[in-house]
Amino acid sequence: MTVSYENSKTIFAGIKAAGIRSISALPETWLGPLLQRAEDDADVHLIQVAKEEEAIGIAAGAHFAGERHLLLMQNHGFLAAINGIVSLAQLYSIPLCMLIALRGHWGEPYPWHTRGGIVTEGVLRALGIPFEYARDPQMVGRQIREAYTLSQSSLSPVALLLTRDLMED
Amino acid sequence: MERAHCIEVIYPELEEALVVTIMGASAQELYNLGHRENFFYLQHAMGLASSIGLGLALHLPDERVVVFDGDGSVLMNLGTFATLARYRPDNLIHIVFDNGSLLSTGGFESHTTSGITDLAAMARGAGIPHVITIDSTLRFGEAYVEAVERRELSVIVAKVDAVGPDDYGMDLHLSENAFRFARHIRERKLSRGATAG
Repeated sequence: MTVSYENSKTIFAGIKAAGIRSISALPETWLGPLLQRAEDDADVHLIQVAKEEEAIGIAAGAHFAGERHLLLMQNHGFLAAINGIVSLAQLYSIPLCMLIALRGHWGEPYPWHTRGGIVTEGVLRALGIPFEYARDPQMVGRQIREAYTLSQSSLSPVALLLTRDLMED
Repeated sequence: MERAHCIEVIYPELEEALVVTIMGASAQELYNLGHRENFFYLQHAMGLASSIGLGLALHLPDERVVVFDGDGSVLMNLGTFATLARYRPDNLIHIVFDNGSLLSTGGFESHTTSGITDLAAMARGAGIPHVITIDSTLRFGEAYVEAVERRELSVIVAKVDAVGPDDYGMDLHLSENAFRFARHIRERKLSRGATAG
């Protein structure tokens, strides 16, 4: 199994078609080709963080600055960012459009990813964060656009879960 | 030296900046001098004030961004020094009020007490281009002006006493502060555009 180059290209095109030019991220395997595209694109402002919770602060700053911003992270990074999501984004009504690589779920061969994969959906539900699964490359562009729109209209975090079907060939 | 006095010394200068402050005493002491629309008070999410400042500074290169942080807060997000240094916005001044205490949560000693941990050394080690440690109010005011004039990413570690205000409270809802802060930034952008045009 390798990371899908074609689908990474499609996701990046979807991000740009949604008018997003600012991305915060922490690199991980599935997101690698996507981040490489972001880095190589002179129109896109990519900010890499040391830990995902920082990205919640950066996203808040970008929102205050009036910038269309997107967060890219692995689900374990989402779990590491929860206090920022709750006590900055949700507390202050700040939108977050999060694309989350869903590791440790259906078909996961690596034991170390599994706990995080199994609890991710339950944690999203507990936090009241609306989410969708992205499985189909034909649909993902529209899903990104709609996730962004909902985050802005509801002034809250929204998550699009990038699944194995989409991210691996 | 007291943090309240430091904030008072630079308060007139803060009018032209966007200010993000951490919770507790720092927020209250700034608010007590008189709230302005360009102040955002992060009343929770310890550690993220500097990350908000980075998001502002990178997307608003024409604005000066000032962050009030604390030793307890910055210790919760030490990676921030490395991220700031990597992108080094020249319009960001990160002030860390180091009172060696988790004052707002009961006054327990923090790791910086008695000089055990040197936050300025950590900032330097992370690659912040301009770092200075200050222990007098007069020098604090000078250090702030110097940081403004240098126009490079600066960290000012201000060693202050572990004292805070007697009373806490603001007539400003958290979301209201966020909405008004964002609106104020939009208006500043528009007026800058008008001036430039």
